[in-house]
Amino acid sequence: MREVELFFGPQHLGMVGNFSITLNVEGDKILKATADPGFLHRGFEKLMEYRTWMQNFPLVCRINVVEPDHMEMVYAMAVEKLAGIELPERAEWIRSIYLELARVGSHLFGLWAYSNMLGFDTVAQWAMYHRDLILDLFEELTGGRVYHIYIWPGGVRRDFPEGFTDRMVETLHSIGKCVPDYNNTFFNNPLFYERTRGIGKVSREEAEKWGGVGQVLRATGKPFDIRKVEPYAAYDKVDFDIPTREEGDVYSRIMVIRDEMIESVHLIFKLIEGLPKGEVYNKVPNPFKWKIGEGESYVRVESSRGELGLYLVSDGGDKPYRVHFRTPSYSHGLTILEKALEGANISDVGNIMISMYVVAPEIDR
Amino acid sequence: MDKKTSILSPLKALKYLFKKPKTLRYPFELKEPAERYRGLHLNDWDQCTGCGNCADICPNEAILMKEIPEIEAKDGERNERPEIDYGRCCFCGLCVDICPTGSLRLSRDYFHIHFDPKTFKLLAKDEKTDEEHFLPEGEYSILKASLTHRRENYEGFSSDLEYSLFDPERVQMSQASPKERKSSFIEQVKGFSAQEAQKEANRCLECKLCEEVCPAGMNIVDYVRNLWEGNLEEAVRDIYKTNPLPGVCGRVCTHNCESACVLSHRGEPVSIRWLKRYVADNLSLSEYQKVLETEKIKSVGKKIAIVGAGPGGLAAAYYLRLMGYEVVVFEKLPEPGGMLRYGIPEYRLPYEALDKDIEYIKSVGVEIKCNTSVGKDISLAELRDNYDAVFVSTGFHKGRSTGVPGSKNPHVFQAIELLRKVTMGEEIEVTDKIVVIGGGDVAMDISRTLARLQMKKFKAVDITLSALETRDIMPATPEEIEEALEEGIKMYPGWGPEKIILEKKSVKGMAMKKCLRVFDEEGKFNPEFDEKKKKEFECSMVVEAIGQAPDFTFLSEDIKEKLKYEGRRMKVDEYGQTSLPWLFIGGDILRGPDVINAIDTGHKAAKGIDKFISSKEKK
Repeated sequence: MREVELFFGPQHLGMVGNFSITLNVEGDKILKATADPGFLHRGFEKLMEYRTWMQNFPLVCRINVVEPDHMEMVYAMAVEKLAGIELPERAEWIRSIYLELARVGSHLFGLWAYSNMLGFDTVAQWAMYHRDLILDLFEELTGGRVYHIYIWPGGVRRDFPEGFTDRMVETLHSIGKCVPDYNNTFFNNPLFYERTRGIGKVSREEAEKWGGVGQVLRATGKPFDIRKVEPYAAYDKVDFDIPTREEGDVYSRIMVIRDEMIESVHLIFKLIEGLPKGEVYNKVPNPFKWKIGEGESYVRVESSRGELGLYLVSDGGDKPYRVHFRTPSYSHGLTILEKALEGANISDVGNIMISMYVVAPEIDR
Repeated sequence: MDKKTSILSPLKALKYLFKKPKTLRYPFELKEPAERYRGLHLNDWDQCTGCGNCADICPNEAILMKEIPEIEAKDGERNERPEIDYGRCCFCGLCVDICPTGSLRLSRDYFHIHFDPKTFKLLAKDEKTDEEHFLPEGEYSILKASLTHRRENYEGFSSDLEYSLFDPERVQMSQASPKERKSSFIEQVKGFSAQEAQKEANRCLECKLCEEVCPAGMNIVDYVRNLWEGNLEEAVRDIYKTNPLPGVCGRVCTHNCESACVLSHRGEPVSIRWLKRYVADNLSLSEYQKVLETEKIKSVGKKIAIVGAGPGGLAAAYYLRLMGYEVVVFEKLPEPGGMLRYGIPEYRLPYEALDKDIEYIKSVGVEIKCNTSVGKDISLAELRDNYDAVFVSTGFHKGRSTGVPGSKNPHVFQAIELLRKVTMGEEIEVTDKIVVIGGGDVAMDISRTLARLQMKKFKAVDITLSALETRDIMPATPEEIEEALEEGIKMYPGWGPEKIILEKKSVKGMAMKKCLRVFDEEGKFNPEFDEKKKKEFECSMVVEAIGQAPDFTFLSEDIKEKLKYEGRRMKVDEYGQTSLPWLFIGGDILRGPDVINAIDTGHKAAKGIDKFISSKEKK
């Protein structure tokens, strides 16, 4: 058969996000896959060098529309580390609750993309609807639905409104009640099983070698999670599990995501129970007169797609000297995806890509 | 846990077919945005000061401060209001968190659909100032919602001081306790430490509203920033551009800047005055000379005479000297400083601080001839003939009397004369019970000075202060009143003097009557009394501190005749130049008693004299 070069994205219907993969195929079989990013480069890292420490705070979340919250967190943490800012305890706990809520919302969004791509439209709509309920919570807490602009250096921007935790618990319960429906329709569905089992396999050695983090690594049996490895916010104050699977295929990755969502909800309940009282914000210096001493910091958090890091350098001025994000989609979408697609069927490109939760804006920044 | 179910199990989802759909049918079913919703802007134009901090913080440069000619800006405010470009705005709300007055908020409105990009700009207002576009719920329609069709009382994300981006509280200044103060003339305000000064300087938002109200037009933002950066040398350079008496003004300035400070609307203003003092106190005289590069001044060979070594005269002398003029200052009293030395008590302005400022002015080559009274020892006409120009700032050194029966008694004193005697070290016969009449700063100064002397002599304070004005309109600065009360001075605001009770030529008491109003409907001083409501205070000494007046006896008749007047004041131009071109005036006699105004008149006169002399040369 003849070898053909195919462009999967950015216009291809199966593609999610402004991203492209060039495929060399023979029949339905992929011989070689070349990831082709760059359609969404907005120059965030450079932009941030021209904005003051405070002005960067509303900017960072926009790097990743799917889950802006961990971007805020990683920026706030890096600035706090550089400037030596202490946080009130309650702020740490609120941050954890907020980030777990973001994780659930983000996974639901991912589930929408994934099930939609596989043709499970009903589940996709459920996931989108349930994500919207979580956005309602974010709206009440922060005033924004998608870009929350909430975690800022020094703590969080506002305290929980009166009765907010009750409404949060209520919403999460109402979503939780639908888990059996999700299982019946999707996770335990033989069609899903057949489409995913043994597909897009990545071994633990390969995943480790090529920079796999998050579900990619956890689906190979390695319980690697920054929340445990290098606890931040209030994650060392409560007990929680890291769901893992052994096979390293699409099925394992999606099941890890499902289990993670459920674990996150349990984690939120535990955090609400232990939530201390007190202040939520320690004032930072006047934003027009804020210089941070010379130095560099690298901080990392566990985003819904895996380890998200930020390298921040200050030359003693009122703006960052250099900013660099280490995003999980970068290694997942470029290196691992190219390897995992080799030998796969053309119809599984989206299947494998979204199971790794590749988010294009995170690759390009 | 994973179990493969039957291929038919997904059919269970069909049960949802019989449930009510959760999606909203817009616009018939509306979703109410959350209370903190970050939507389109609201701005209360009455509260907004036009400071422009919102425009400065905006990460997207979406805010432009637009001049609104219809707005008559109050003192310390600008007639500019923020215009938001919704093509750029990212609804982050940093503008709300930086707004010092809290006038800028976000509403829960978020709709605007239009083909014309020009319509995406909005001069934010709220229902208070824009009734046309903010509609009550009944008249509002979501189908028409836009930047100019808004719902009233629909506030979303708004400012909260606890989470604001500025610090509403100032760094507390350490002060001597009332007990410590009463028993000596030690300086009350102890001054900032380096760390405190830096922290306080950090609070300044740099909107420059303060600079617009400073009579001397000082570069406040620049020196506060330089102080914050630890660059005291640059800070002192900024200060000396417009004010050669930082040690003095850093202590006793009337600080219009602080009243205008935008942080004062919901918090405490930046302690600009104490910051200036910190700069002045932390550089030595020799450092001044090095930093200000005044070691080599080229002489232009012209001579200027200055009458009066108060703040006006000293400022004029300094700036004229910098321009290369030979300057001689004639001072009637034994030491230079004028009212700063002989009017302001030592605990507010220690002589060392004043001396340091004056020493520096002398060190650049200004000659000060003390104990030389113009009009007595040397005439103004002589100065006119021997010098190229004359600047007069003789100040308000004459006290005003109440003129009530008994006020001519030798035990009735003028505050200003007593203060002068204290400075000169002359003995004052302080009695154990004193009544002070007046509600201004001088009344506070003399009461507190006498309290210290009473403490020394009798180990107790018994001073009664009565003022025509009620406490809320008393002209003295609120801190002064507070501190006087702390030191044990009894205050009776709203009482006017009736007569001084005498017995065998000595003072026995003071009779007062209730003051109903101080100013009439036209705002003129015209007190009205309740003749039935009276009070008597027992005392053996009365001090009048109801105001000061200039003394123009140095003007000879022929000069007086040649001068032109506007009402009772001498006619002068913007530089203080009178109708006799060689004669400039400034200080209190031009603008009334105030240090920083005096410095400004001195500085302006220096420029005016330079202009006058250069124009004379051209001819």
